[in-house]
Formats: sequence, structure tokens, C-alpha cells
Amino acid sequence: MNDVAAATLVQAAARAAPRVPVLEVADLSVEFRTRSGTVRALDGVSLQVHRGECLGVVGESGSGKSVTAYAVMRLLDPAARITGGRITFGGMDMLGAGDADLADLRGRELSMIFQNPRASLNPIRPVGTQIADVLLRHGGVTRAQAPARAAALLAEVGIPDPERRARAYPFELSGGMCQRVGIALALACRPALLIADEPTTGLDVTTQAVIMDLVLGLARARGMATVLITHDLGLATEYCDSIAVMHAGHVVETAPTAALFATPRHPYTARLIGATPRPGLALGDLASIAGSLPDLRREDLPACRFLDRCERARPDCAAAPLPRRTEAARMVACRYPL
Amino acid sequence: MNGAPLLEVAALQKRFPIGGGGLLARRAPGLLHAVEDVSFTLRAGETLGLVGESGCGKSTLARLLARLLDPSGGSIRLRGEEIGGVAAQRFGASPRRADIQMVFQDAEGSINPRHTAFEAIARPLRRLRGLAGPALHGKVTATAALCGLPAELLPRFPHQLSGGQKARVGIARAVATEPALLVLDEPTSALDVSVQVLILDLLKALQARTGAACIFVSHDLNVVRLLCDRVLVMYLGRVVEEGPAEDLFTAPAHPYTRALVGAVSVPGRPRAAERVRLAGEPRSPIDPDPNACRFHGRCPIGQDRCARAAPPVHALPGGRRVACHFPLTDGALAAA
Repeated sequence: MNDVAAATLVQAAARAAPRVPVLEVADLSVEFRTRSGTVRALDGVSLQVHRGECLGVVGESGSGKSVTAYAVMRLLDPAARITGGRITFGGMDMLGAGDADLADLRGRELSMIFQNPRASLNPIRPVGTQIADVLLRHGGVTRAQAPARAAALLAEVGIPDPERRARAYPFELSGGMCQRVGIALALACRPALLIADEPTTGLDVTTQAVIMDLVLGLARARGMATVLITHDLGLATEYCDSIAVMHAGHVVETAPTAALFATPRHPYTARLIGATPRPGLALGDLASIAGSLPDLRREDLPACRFLDRCERARPDCAAAPLPRRTEAARMVACRYPL
Repeated sequence: MNGAPLLEVAALQKRFPIGGGGLLARRAPGLLHAVEDVSFTLRAGETLGLVGESGCGKSTLARLLARLLDPSGGSIRLRGEEIGGVAAQRFGASPRRADIQMVFQDAEGSINPRHTAFEAIARPLRRLRGLAGPALHGKVTATAALCGLPAELLPRFPHQLSGGQKARVGIARAVATEPALLVLDEPTSALDVSVQVLILDLLKALQARTGAACIFVSHDLNVVRLLCDRVLVMYLGRVVEEGPAEDLFTAPAHPYTRALVGAVSVPGRPRAAERVRLAGEPRSPIDPDPNACRFHGRCPIGQDRCARAAPPVHALPGGRRVACHFPLTDGALAAA
């Protein structure tokens, strides 16, 4: 009876507060001060991820995908400065949080899977010990219980013979195995939000599919919110509920996955899709995107940073502010959308 | 499509000795079977894709064909002439060097950082074609222009060029001597899609112009499907399937090819309900059991026979070959 009552309470709570995002990034701006000038890496970035959902962040290199992730984790380089906006995680203001609170949060509530699995692990500690470290710091596990729990986590991410592999060093494991260890590390304490930064770049397609099935399977089973950062539109299609497209530090479009591919509204989204090889298309059907990313150190950056590459640009596109139109579940940052 | 093939590869093999030796050399050193019994032919103007997981031997095969490595056995014939016997160290002095050129995966790392773009493109012309002075200058500028490199970029060093520009220098250097065979090892894997399109367009245009045959190594099956006429699928050193790209991708006959194709995600296409996923990892390539299929243990349809006998090679209609005891021929025959 108690269980039923509790379940009803949870459902009631869910009904009373519908769709409170786990993570909300609002109007975030980040600058890097460098010797050659100030790089305006992010400008007015807004994102939301809900419980059990996967948000894809796609874009070309230099578009600000990873900077966004590092800003959310509060792991930005000392040269970076957050010049505006809010990051709210589970109702908590991440920008106002102190270092001790953040250290407590990272690895427990908020986890990240890094791009290069081998480089993100400690090369001189056995992988089982590295997982035990996280469990001891955050998981409320005793020193005696830790090795068995670490082995259980390795088994959960599909590593055969986990007791033996727990004693292996990263160099003794293949790239796919190292990434499984990275996933076990990130998921050890059942975080509410997982940020995966190009988790399968450099892995084979077969391994990539297995790793992504594993991450998203665990995420959905646990009701975790996931942010998948990738340059691979195929991967984003397959695993994400909605996608945010970034270009030169702006989120230019956000939409549910199917809608984004069916009716891209920002000219950059359309060009990006049009440049990506897929079955049924000949090489002649693909078109490149003219020009390159603008220099983000420029003093006179136009409001729309895609302006110089856009064939639909009109004179008033350069004028601030950058319009961000929101309708239903979609957002497009363009004055003359498709 | 007439006349003799440009390249004929027969029973090509590469084994690397590993371990063993040392102070207590009781047992013979192990042999890593990187490339085993690979045979195929390639015509002028044709593009052959080499696909497979890392460690399957595709890069080793590319290097054997580019004559940067010595084969342990088998033959490589270019226009009927055996070139597999020339030691890789002396191949640089061979007149055939100009006929086979390679584009490397890492454009940044494969261009001498102390050479300008001009010098990088000029070197093979000077050494292999004996060009000098105005003739050299003219040929370098013309090749660069062909590859979409404006003349004002030629005095620059690699660190002053963008990723796409460096890729172009790597390609210009390889096509400068007008080779009959171009071996490309993941030429676009480090590039953004918008730049990748330009480089793929360039390769296609160069090939149409020079009639060179291309061997294209890539892990991006969407790109291979786009660019290649035929595809070789490799698994642990062996070719498991060969066939025209479109047939092979729409109706794979080998269970490994099916898993590989099934793992590709396609932009804008919702996830398929039924998917084949490969469990585990490839077995060790060191001294593999000669009387077993190398895919056995990971294969979703493997049976006892696969552990006892190496699979036969079946020829299928449409110039396809598959090395499997139980090929998925229904689909393959339907497509042929």
C-alpha cells in the first residue's frame, strides 16, 4: 500500500510540475582572453534537457559544442570568462556554486564522457581502482565493498571477465574497452545528467553502435538526461530526441530530430544536412557550405554570424539583435528562415 | 572497361614477427597475420573501397600496394609487371614510384613542417620526373591550381594552412607525378563535412581527368558508398566479401558485412527496428587457427563447422565473392 501511495505522490508531483528541465542553459555567453584578442566563443546560448531525454548538439569544429559542455561542467579554462546568462541544474544555480559544491556534484549528479577514452583515464592506475575512487568519493561505498562494486559496474557496461579486467591498466585495453570504462566511471553514481562529448569518435562503426546502444540504453532505463555532442548527424539522428545546431558560438536552430531533418528552417542547418553523405545520393547531390567560420575575435561581428556564408542574407541581417523565433518545440535564430 | 587490368594482386600476404627471440628464445616468435591471401584486380579509372574495423589490415594492405611495406608472399602486378619483389627501401629509386602515389590520413603529420606547400608538391616532381627551373615551377602551380590551391598559398608552411588546405597539399603532392594508381588512406577523416564534400569532389574530378585508379581506405561507409565502384570488406587480414558498392551495401552476403552495414547511422533516417549488433571484439591476429573462420565466435549465424574449417569462397552473380560457409545469398541473389 505504501508503495502505491508513494507512486501516486510521485505521479502527482510530476503532474503538478510538468516538464521542469534537468538542465537549463539560458542566454549563456563565454569569452576567452587570448594574446591575439578576445574570442567570443559563445553568444546567447540556450538549451534545455529533460529527464529521460537525449539532446544532440551538432555543428562543425569550432562551433562551440565542447565549450558549452565544459561551461556546464564548470571546467572551463582559466582564460575563459562567463560574461552572461544562467546555468540551472536540478534547480541549482551552477554559476553561483562554490568549488566544493561543484566537486561534490561532478561525478555524482553530473557526469561527462570524454572524446578520447584512453587519454581521459589515468594511465598509471588500474581501471577498477579508478572506478573505486569515484565510488569512495561519492557513492557511499566502503573501502571493502569498492572493488566488488567496481567489477559489477564493469560487467554492467559489457566488459567480459570484469574481475580480471578491473586490474588492467588503460594501455592494456582496446579503445572500445577504454570507452566502456569511461562510461562505467561516468555512470558509477547514477547521475541525473550525462554529457557525452564525441563519445565514439575514433571507434569503429560496429563498436560505435554497441557503445551508443549501451549509453542510451542505460540513460533511458535510469531516466537520466543526456547531452550528446557530436559532429556526426547520423549518430544524432539515431539517438537524440531533439537536436541543437551550433554555428560560430550561436545555437542557430533547435528542433525535434525528425522535424529538423524534414523541414530545416535555418539556412545553415539545411546546408549542413545537404553536405552530409547518405545512401541514395550521388556526390553531385552534395553541396559544400561556402566560406568558413568567421573570426570570433572580430570587433565588428555581425549579429548573425552565418551572414557571410548565407545565400539568403539581406542587408538588415547584420543588425542586432539576432532574432530567436520560438514556436512549439522549435527555435530558429534567423530573420528570414526557410 | 577493356584490356588488361591495371593492377593484379594475387595471394598477397603480410606477417609481422612479434615477441619471441630475446635471451630465453625457447619458442619461435609469434606471427601477426596482418594481411592473408588477398587477391583482386583493379582497372584504370576504377575506385576500390577498403573497409573493415581497425586492426583488420586495411592500412597494411594500402601500404603494401603503395610499396611502402614488403609483402611476405604473393604478387602485385602493375600493368603486368611484377613490382612486389622490389624491396620497399629501393622502390623509391624505381621508375614505378611515380606510378603509385599515396595520400595519407594525417595531412598535418605527413607534410614536412619545414617545407612550404610549394616544396612539398615540387619534391616528387624533381625526384621522380627530373623537372627543374621554370618547368618545375609551372607544373607545381598547375597541379596546385587543379587541386584548388591558389598560388598565393604556395609559399606558406603547413602550420599556416587550414585543415582543408593541408589535405589539398597532400593530394596535390600525390597527383603531381600523374600516377596510374592512387592509394588514399582515410583522406577526409579529420575534416568537417562541408570541407569533405570539396575534397571528395576534387578527387572525383582528378580521377575523371587523369584516369587514375584509386584505392580508398575509409571507415566512413557512407563516404565509401558515395565514391567507390567496388568494395573489399576485410576482417582480421582476410577479404570476407567483395562486390560492386551498391549491391554490397543493399544486400550484404557475409554476416560481418551485414553487421558493418547495419551499424551505419544515416542522417535523417529513423532507427531501424531490427539491428544486428556484433558482440565482443575480433580475436587475436597472432598465429590464428588456420582451420577456422576468423569471424567465428562473433558471428551471429556461426555453427560448429565454422570452427573446424576455413570458409570457402563462393562466387555470386554480379562479380561478387563471399568467403563464408553460410552466406546470406537470398538477398545477394535478389540484388544481382
